[in-house]
Parts: sequence; C-alpha cells; structure tokens
Amino acid sequence: METAEHKAPNYIAVWAALAVLTVVEVAVVYLHLPRRLTVVSLVFLALWKAMLVALYFMHLRFEPKRLLYVVLAPLPLAVILVVGVMHGFRGP
Amino acid sequence: MTAHAAAHGMVGGERAQGAVGVHTQKLGMWVFLVSEVMFFTALIGSYIILRWGTGAEWPEPRTVLAIPVTAVNTFILICSSVSMVKAYAAAVKDDQAGLKRWLLATVVGGATFVSVQAFEYHHLVEKGFLPGSGLFGATFYTMTGFHGFHVTCGVLSMIWVTIRAFRGKYAGGKFQGIETIGLYWHFVDLVWIILFTIVYLI
Repeated sequence: METAEHKAPNYIAVWAALAVLTVVEVAVVYLHLPRRLTVVSLVFLALWKAMLVALYFMHLRFEPKRLLYVVLAPLPLAVILVVGVMHGFRGP
Repeated sequence: MTAHAAAHGMVGGERAQGAVGVHTQKLGMWVFLVSEVMFFTALIGSYIILRWGTGAEWPEPRTVLAIPVTAVNTFILICSSVSMVKAYAAAVKDDQAGLKRWLLATVVGGATFVSVQAFEYHHLVEKGFLPGSGLFGATFYTMTGFHGFHVTCGVLSMIWVTIRAFRGKYAGGKFQGIETIGLYWHFVDLVWIILFTIVYLI
C-alpha cells in the first residue's frame, strides 16, 4: 500500500505557509478592499489553510482512498443543511 | 517492529486493520471527527444564516473584537499543531526524547491558547460585550465557547498522553495513540482557522 511508503512531509514548510496565509488574512481585513472581494479572499484563504492542515498535518494526502471517502462524506451534508435552513428563513 | 509494519496497522504486534485499510483506532477517531464536522456545521451554519439570512443588525466584528491579539493566538494554535506533528514524527522514529519534548510544547501551546481566550472573554465582559448582547454576542460566545471547550479537552488529554510518554508507553513502535490524539488536535486547529475567519475577520 502506498500509505506506508511516503516520506514525512516538510512540516516546517507547511507551518511557514500557514503563518504567511494568516498574515495575508489580517492584511486583507485592514486593506479596506471592496466588501465582496474581502469576503471572497478571506473564505478562499481560510479554505486553503484548512486544506493544508487536513492534507499534511492529518496526512490525508497519504491515506487510502476509502478513508478519504469517509472523511469527505459530511461535506455535502453540511452544505445541504446550511443552504436548506437558509432557504427556510427566506421562504414566503 | 518497523515503522513500515506499524503503519500497516500491526502496532504492538496485533493486526488492528479494519475494512477501510487503516488502524481501527484511527478510523474510529476519523468517524468521531466526521460527526464533529456536523456539530460545528450547526454552529457555523446558524451564524451564517442569522447574520446574512435574516437582515438582522450586525456590528463589524473588528469594532468589537481585538483582531491582532486573536491573530497571534491563532498563530500559537497553528504552532502547537506543528509541535504535535513533530511529536508524531519523533514517535515514528522511536525518538523518545523528541516525543516528550514536542508533546510538552504542544501542551504549552494549547494551554496558552485557552488562557488568551479566557483573558479575551474577561476583557470583552468588562467592555460590556456579553452573551446577551444581541445575536452577535450570543453566537460569538456559543461558537468560541464550544471551540474553547474542545481545546480544553484536547489539552487535558494531551497532558495524559504526555504523562504516558514519560512512562515510556509509546516506545518500541507503539505510537498509534500519538497519531490518534494528533488527528483530534489538528481538527480543533482546523475548526479554529474557519471560526477565526468567519467570526473575527469577515
């Protein structure tokens, strides 16, 4: 199985990336960009950081595909929950 | 016991490999974390719906909260994730001194995060920002409170794991426990990355 063969990722590089992305996030807030651009960039940066943590620190990148399916299962359900309730609030 | 054999789920000489092809302990933690995703979705989703779906009055978070302090605190939590992963890497190499050192660093990082959060709450309450201060107050304390509770549980478990490490319980390739608690720890870090963005920055 490929999972056992991988070398340990460069954790310090991931740490540096997370630190830089956090600084960029705070900078974006104080740059006073157009509101929509601020929100889109902040969400993008947060998801990027979350991906780095999941892929390298939780080493999902090196896990068997079947575990990946288990882990990804709740994400569509989460979206359905939020969008569904939001729709209910805006309803007639 | 080689690291190779251990990674195949034969930790401690037993084959504890489930149908998914990973150690059952690891699978168990992941299934728990999957349920945690839905738990935090309920909290974060409620916040999104209350703030953007109802047209309620909402203050700019940065006018109420101290973003620089929390940004530093976020960085501390990220650092404790790195020390956790270093502890795991040390355990895989059976480097017991490294394992103990990095576990201690993780405990200190997590405890610092909770302390700064307690200090932040104290400061906010003194300023008059309370759980009863409108929807933002209610959602802020609910979300950060539940997250802080998760970090606290993590620190307590980590102290227990550290004590076990000092007793040599993870020596000789028996490091599955380190990976399992590490997954929980990184998940709590991941949730904070999302919370920091949604509650403090946006």
